[in-house]
Amino acid sequence: MKKLSSKIYFIIIMAFLYLPIIYLIAYSFNDGKTSVWKGFTLKWYTALFNDAQIMNSLYNTLIIAVLASVIATVLGTAAAIGIYNFKGGVRSAIQNVSNIPIINPEIVTGVSLMLLFTFAGVMMGFEMGFWTVLLAHIGFCTPYVILNVTPRIRQMDPALYEAALDLGCSPAQAFFKVVLHELMPGIFSGFLISFTYSLDDFVITYFTRGSRFQTLPVQIYTMTHQRINPKANALSALLFIVIIGILIISNFASRRKSKEAAR
Amino acid sequence: MKSKRPAIPYLGWMLVFTIVPLLMVVYFAFTDDRGRFSLEPFKNASVYSEVFLYSLGIALISTVICLVLAYPLAYSISRCSERSQSMIIMFLMVPMWMNFLLRIYAWVLILQNYGPLDMILNLFGIDVTLIGNSGAVIVGMVYEFLPFMILPLHAVMSKIDPSLIEAAQDLGCSGFYVFTKVIFPLSVPGIISGVTMVFVPTASTFLVAQYLGGTQFMIGDVIERVFQSDHNTGSAIAVVLMIVILGFLVFMNRFGDKEAVNG
Repeated sequence: MKKLSSKIYFIIIMAFLYLPIIYLIAYSFNDGKTSVWKGFTLKWYTALFNDAQIMNSLYNTLIIAVLASVIATVLGTAAAIGIYNFKGGVRSAIQNVSNIPIINPEIVTGVSLMLLFTFAGVMMGFEMGFWTVLLAHIGFCTPYVILNVTPRIRQMDPALYEAALDLGCSPAQAFFKVVLHELMPGIFSGFLISFTYSLDDFVITYFTRGSRFQTLPVQIYTMTHQRINPKANALSALLFIVIIGILIISNFASRRKSKEAAR
Repeated sequence: MKSKRPAIPYLGWMLVFTIVPLLMVVYFAFTDDRGRFSLEPFKNASVYSEVFLYSLGIALISTVICLVLAYPLAYSISRCSERSQSMIIMFLMVPMWMNFLLRIYAWVLILQNYGPLDMILNLFGIDVTLIGNSGAVIVGMVYEFLPFMILPLHAVMSKIDPSLIEAAQDLGCSGFYVFTKVIFPLSVPGIISGVTMVFVPTASTFLVAQYLGGTQFMIGDVIERVFQSDHNTGSAIAVVLMIVILGFLVFMNRFGDKEAVNG
């Protein structure tokens, strides 16, 4: 970015992206509910932490995200290996079906699962809640795991697995010690994507959660829909700090890794 | 490693949680409330054709604005040193990780009556309502999805070999021709994926219009509302939305293939 004009343009776009968030955070410290500044306060943060409902939905969000991303990673890695061994047309047909949750508008996925769960619920006598949300999240996370693992399988030298067998590994040992090790970067990024998507999902959760089960994004919806709620500002500030923290840590970790690699 | 068996659990999963739910949507779209074949749902859905066109219009305008804003930025980022590129990309992604409802809520606070922007404009004697119209919805959409345009554009542009540009300059191309003959054709794949990544979610998103658009809903909002009372009509709208999005994706793919052949 040598030219002054492109520097200025860059700053304008960054301001467009960041000013709304900064404004949001600044007003979490406002001792009043309107956009008039009435003095500094931390009362919205106290209110946030004392809100049992919000804390409970945070807990639900984390549980769902951990379970969904772990299960999706296992299911998706196994699926990626199996799908890879199908040939030509069948393989691409399977891959196309697998990509449906990614391509389809989220709202369509949401309502289609709602129809399924309502119908199955009537047949088998259950209500939508924790389990249906978990199933839905595994459903939209797994395709991302497959998309991340498949290129790794393609790059892997199949002779590695055979060499491990020749050297006396059982198929299970060869799989866990050699194959899994080779696929790990893909598996890990698939897991991370699943985890963040699950944490942040609103639309699909909204349609599959039933009437009582709350996750944080749904809670945010209840807090901000057609009203002004400074607790949402306080929550934004905390989320922003968490995001920045994760970024700094991951950036630091990858720097160190590349330094070690350079040695 | 040569076995197809690891894919079996996921094949079963796709059948139950992807294919069956979509078939249920199609089934509901073609039946009446007593379960008999009927085209009534589509007839009922046609009431919303204006909302449908409005949503596509909003999506089109937002996509074009994103493209125009993102293109020069992505290009100037791609000319930076590799290290500052990854830094800048990281900063572009931070707002994306913020919960999408909180980001829209930020714009509600900014654009609301007696909000900061309203006050500033009032100082200059300009008295307009900033919120509750299509303009506010477009601002929200552009804010929400701009990074989805910048990232794929940058990914493609950063791979353009600088020696190609230098070669064109050596051969006597002016800046204009370097752009139209070298940079632009090479960036087309990025434009295609950026346009897809912005258009599809903008056309089908829900809640943005409810937060910023006043009484003018978009098709996602309509699906949610209608589904609360009438699964058949809701399914019919969902089917139409799916077909439109699928048609758009096929069109974009064809376009991409043609460009690849010509280029």
